[in-house]
Amino acid sequence: MAYIIEMLNITKDFPGIRANDDVTLQVEKGAIHALLGENGAGKSTLMSILFGLYQPESGRIKVRGQEVKVTDPNVANELGIGMVHQHFKLVHNFTVTENIILGLEPRKGLAVDIDSASKKVAELSKLYGLAVDPHAKIEDISVGMQQRVEILKMLYRDAEILIFDEPTAVLTPQEIRELIAIMRRLVEEGKTILLITHKLKEIKEVADRCTVLRRGKLIGTVEVKDASEAAMAEMMVGREVSFSVDKAAAKPGDTVLEIKELCVKNAKGLLGVKNLSIELRRGEILGLCGIDGNGQTELIQALTGLTKIESGSVLVRGEDVTNLPVRQRLDRGLGHIPEDRHRHGLVLDFRLDENMVLHTYGKPPFARYGILDFEAIRKNAERLIEEFDVRAGKGPATAARSMSGGNQQKAILAREIDRSPEAFIIAQPTRGLDVGAIEYIHKRIVAERDKGKAILLVSLELDEILDVSDRIAVIYGGEIVGVVDAKETDENELGLMMSGSLRKAV
Amino acid sequence: MADTGAGSKSRKVLVPLAAVALGFVLGSLVILITGRSPLLMFNAIIQGITGFNIMSGSFNPRHIGELVVQSMPIILTGLCVGFAFRTGLFNIGAEGQLMMGALAATAVALTVRAPAAIHVPLILLAGMAAGGLWGAIPGYFKARFNVHEVVVTIMLNYTALHVNNYTILNVFGSVDRVKTAEFPASALLRSPFLASVTNGSRLNWGFIPVVLAVLSFWFILEKTSFGYSLRAVGFNKDAAKYAGMKVERNVVLSMIIAGAFAGLAGAVITTGTFSFGRALPAAEGYGFDGIAVALVGMNHAPGILLAGLLFGVLKSAGPLMQSAGIPREIGGIIQASIVMFVAMKLGIERLLMMARGRKAKAALEAAGAEEAGV
Repeated sequence: MAYIIEMLNITKDFPGIRANDDVTLQVEKGAIHALLGENGAGKSTLMSILFGLYQPESGRIKVRGQEVKVTDPNVANELGIGMVHQHFKLVHNFTVTENIILGLEPRKGLAVDIDSASKKVAELSKLYGLAVDPHAKIEDISVGMQQRVEILKMLYRDAEILIFDEPTAVLTPQEIRELIAIMRRLVEEGKTILLITHKLKEIKEVADRCTVLRRGKLIGTVEVKDASEAAMAEMMVGREVSFSVDKAAAKPGDTVLEIKELCVKNAKGLLGVKNLSIELRRGEILGLCGIDGNGQTELIQALTGLTKIESGSVLVRGEDVTNLPVRQRLDRGLGHIPEDRHRHGLVLDFRLDENMVLHTYGKPPFARYGILDFEAIRKNAERLIEEFDVRAGKGPATAARSMSGGNQQKAILAREIDRSPEAFIIAQPTRGLDVGAIEYIHKRIVAERDKGKAILLVSLELDEILDVSDRIAVIYGGEIVGVVDAKETDENELGLMMSGSLRKAV
Repeated sequence: MADTGAGSKSRKVLVPLAAVALGFVLGSLVILITGRSPLLMFNAIIQGITGFNIMSGSFNPRHIGELVVQSMPIILTGLCVGFAFRTGLFNIGAEGQLMMGALAATAVALTVRAPAAIHVPLILLAGMAAGGLWGAIPGYFKARFNVHEVVVTIMLNYTALHVNNYTILNVFGSVDRVKTAEFPASALLRSPFLASVTNGSRLNWGFIPVVLAVLSFWFILEKTSFGYSLRAVGFNKDAAKYAGMKVERNVVLSMIIAGAFAGLAGAVITTGTFSFGRALPAAEGYGFDGIAVALVGMNHAPGILLAGLLFGVLKSAGPLMQSAGIPREIGGIIQASIVMFVAMKLGIERLLMMARGRKAKAALEAAGAEEAGV
């Protein structure tokens, strides 16, 4: 079969690092071709070269057999190459149609011909089964829908080759299933898809072929149906990866965190958490699973003091913290890894060492009489960087913003574990991270459990919940609909509880 | 804005420097268009800074004194705007906070009888307290009801103007409907000594509290744990809250401290430059100059000090330019274009990159790649 895209012997240097080293990528027309690699493996660089954002040091690019020079993204568009970015580029108070036609508005006299544009958008949406309302405003639709708008933008511009950059990182499990169906539909209609990802499961599910990069080098291209997940993971990481988490049986001790009949309002002013009661014991990991938006966020924020509690109580080591401010809860042994690491976990404009003392900056040895001791702050960061293998180019002085997601998360984990909290609320610890980092973070969480800490693990990833937890509580509509032993349950049972169709005695 | 290591630190300094240079280039072009020599302007500015007139070979230290006098209030309002900005607040109210400081200074100057060693510090403290209180109002509204500080501070500027004028005219009494009675000598920052060494300029002891203010700005923000929490709030409120910082309290405190800087400026003007309380026909523009100073000074203490001196010299060299036949408005044009060029930060960064050639371009790409997670 003819290749629609060939990137031959591409080399791209950045100061101090060779981001792509003699990489060759050949994509067949009408295929879903996955590009697999850890964060920093050079996937995004390679795609940016194809899209005209970077110029390679050497190598050739052929599109439909013709050698081309992609000097900027406009050239890429003319060649029929479109990119769905990981972070959407949409105007939030514009409608779907307005966003799609932005830059090439059809005109009727002096006015923009919105009607014919919406019609075309609706037709495209129908053809590919996207179910997007052309008149909806972006701010009113879900993240999954927004992504479809990005896809429509490409289709509207007659793109033949669609690049998806980590498309599932922001989606819920259902949205992921729907996206996979959409991708299949696109291929049926003759489009070609290049899928950048580090999720093996998805590759196994949709991709035809898979090219693996590691540290800028091409490791190989495999037929997905002939390769196992473990084999691809090994190609990606360079060593064997264990998917299951090694851990001994839990030895639960006394109760550390007690939540009694908790009620919390959500952003709409309704009860997001209703009469919720759970107990968390020393030396166990309690997984809280549920479909996104069933009260997890409200629960986490109420426990950690970011939201007001309507009624009910929260006890940490027997002490009532229901009405205490954040700082005092932390001082009483509560730890928190927030679900949104950019919004809550880090001050991105601070240096790494400043971020490492986000809670403790006012206490000795980091401050005395209100004066900061930068030497102590730097040493603290050096110690944690070493202990938790945080990769940061300039050490403690690295800007948090410039670090990769995995290393940002490791930095937060390091900071929180180092505070040695008794009751540890960990939310979405591995969202958007690659297998290597996930493996490491899971290991550290289990290690904390074995030290006798009580851990509440809140995650939307069912695999993570099943692998790491000892007990699993299922939340649905703000209520706990069941608590089960992790060893005695499976995805099916949890799935039924998560959708509210099964209840198990608490 | 971020303290992100050596690379961007040098960029942080280079951008305003380039903006200043471009501002002077633009000013020179305007002078050329009016048919004069830009050299006359540079001569006037050098004279404004050093006192030396290169063209005639004469020296007059009065110009140095005037430069300092012109710079003092705008350094302080620059600190005011910059301090609030570091906490994520846009304080347009430096003008009003300054007027309230001036009013409080007038009140203490006229009503308290004490030796100068007590009277002067008391006046300065009263000015700071009044400015701080005036800043606390928008701070409180922001923290408690989430009312945007820009709206409240703009309105309070008008309120301050009229409170000032009403009080000056009706409480302290004014014969000429413009100013109060003269302050007693114990209330004044004036110094015959400083005036005589600068050949009769208006230079006064006010520069001492200004220097102290610059130092405390730097010390509070960069060295204390309180300053750390203020900066954290400024960069990321949610993370600050998550870490247990009292975001609302920090907002109010930041506005109080910012207001105190402007209030101090009011006290320094009233008892240093003048010797009586004044009713004002309109705002004098110190607050807006403060915004420009903070912007060009990148909200950091050394930067604000230098930017304040720069804009001070543009003001103090105005009469010198005029006597050389250059319209004094050139100073305003240069100031405005510097602000404009600083606002064009990204464009200037690109220009600097281009100037440094291919190697630098690669660095820019790498920075982009770093952000893209490569």
